[in-house]
Amino acid sequence: MPDPLLTVRDFSVVYDVDPPVAAVKNVTLELQRGEILGLAGESGCGKTTLAYGVQRLLKAPAVITSGSVTFHDAEGDDIDVSALGAEQMRRFRWDKISMVFQGAMNALNPVATIGAQLEDVFEVHRPGMSRKQRREAVAELLEIVKVGAQRARSFPHELSGGMRQRVMIAMALALRPQLMVMDEPTTALDVLVQREILRQISQLREEFGFSVIFITHDLPLLLEISDRIAIMREGEIVEIDTAERIWNAPQDEYTKTLLSSFPRLTGEKGVVVR
Amino acid sequence: MSTLEVKSVTKVYNVRGAGQLKALDDVSFTLTSGRTIGLVGQSGSGKSTIAKILTQLETPTSGEVLLDGTPIPRRGRGLRTYRQQLRMVFQDPFASLNPYHSIRYHLERPLRLDAVVPKSETEAEVRRLLERVRLVPDAVIDRRPHELSGGQRQRVAIARALASRPKILVADEPVSMLDVSIRLGVLNLLADLQREEGLGVLYITHDLATARHFSDEIMVLNQGRIVEHGPADDVILRPQDPYTQELRAASPDPERFFADTRGGAR
Repeated sequence: MPDPLLTVRDFSVVYDVDPPVAAVKNVTLELQRGEILGLAGESGCGKTTLAYGVQRLLKAPAVITSGSVTFHDAEGDDIDVSALGAEQMRRFRWDKISMVFQGAMNALNPVATIGAQLEDVFEVHRPGMSRKQRREAVAELLEIVKVGAQRARSFPHELSGGMRQRVMIAMALALRPQLMVMDEPTTALDVLVQREILRQISQLREEFGFSVIFITHDLPLLLEISDRIAIMREGEIVEIDTAERIWNAPQDEYTKTLLSSFPRLTGEKGVVVR
Repeated sequence: MSTLEVKSVTKVYNVRGAGQLKALDDVSFTLTSGRTIGLVGQSGSGKSTIAKILTQLETPTSGEVLLDGTPIPRRGRGLRTYRQQLRMVFQDPFASLNPYHSIRYHLERPLRLDAVVPKSETEAEVRRLLERVRLVPDAVIDRRPHELSGGQRQRVAIARALASRPKILVADEPVSMLDVSIRLGVLNLLADLQREEGLGVLYITHDLATARHFSDEIMVLNQGRIVEHGPADDVILRPQDPYTQELRAASPDPERFFADTRGGAR
């Protein structure tokens, strides 16, 4: 029984420069509740533009030229994202959809403690909370992502890259959103740390039931963690299917090319003949 | 035929407030021309310290590095001659090329400084180098780094490293900043050059899959110690050391992940 969380229909984004660039072209997709959807493709294919676009995070010269985005709230309402006013949009973001940005080292404020930065989220979105409640919520979040509550007073530079990335995940998790968009969340990390963080994302999803849009160009990684994968090329989704079918029976030529551009860890030597 | 020998190299850094940090602990290996050694390990394991010691950007606390039996000269003309023979390709081609200068300038400089060819042949040599790295000379020679793509820039960096006709190339994460779709192209280029010019290559990476495909041998570094060193396939397919096993288990491997689904879906 399909239970969609997000429906994107005929969605297009154009960068209005000279000449205009069609970054996302008529994309239609449906994200299920609790699903991890991988979004793969090379640099410049429009994957980040699409993910930002559905939250209306794009700035000029980007223009959404067609399409609709509907968010099927767990409380039963269907929210037309493009119809929200500025104040409604501000409240909608982070509360319903949150984001883990690429490069945790640059996404945190270097002159504020991580505790203070996490508290900001509650201050803005949960004005009713007392200071004590906020502190407790921050401590709990830091425990959930296994950074440890005692690190609330640390500054970003005092943490390793992996820990900073966990803080970003804690921040995205703060308001218990129904969808988390992760843009290359582990690209700068080494394999051991990366694996640990992926494990944690899966665990958190089990626990809190949110959906994930996971953007990366690391296809082998995506194959292991996604339920479904969408392959993007030049602004279009050329193929969308379960991870297993993308691996075992890719239909599109471009998907095949992309799969073959990764040397395999085990299996036959020589570069990937499929 | 050249041989680079690293003998019991240890490097200790004094860290303010934290005592001493042993970045390398009794590291020994031999790299001969015509072979590629993959050096893998997680962040902070000491990979780049090895590169710095090989290029004499750092001096070892103890132990020594020999090229064809001669220790690395500490300074002066001797050091320059040594560095002509051992060149480095850096991780970030956006940072390793000077944005003010043309591609021609980047390649002319090593040719002039090391007097590789007579002055009258410099231009021809620059073009030859660009062709070596599969770039079209006329299309890039007068351009500046920002006008080229990441892959093209890294090719220029490789051409620059080759200009002084080195025997050993140290490539520190040469493709990790590049887009996946062009990584293989750059790695294949390095492999071709290695064969054609008989270079010895030290390929530093944290990506086990490419290390396996592009290296003859693999060394695994953990906390400054080489915990495993052997033929590439042995190290990846039959890892002996627990740390190597851990690294392998953490690397994405769809082959193993979907092993039991293959028959049914095909």
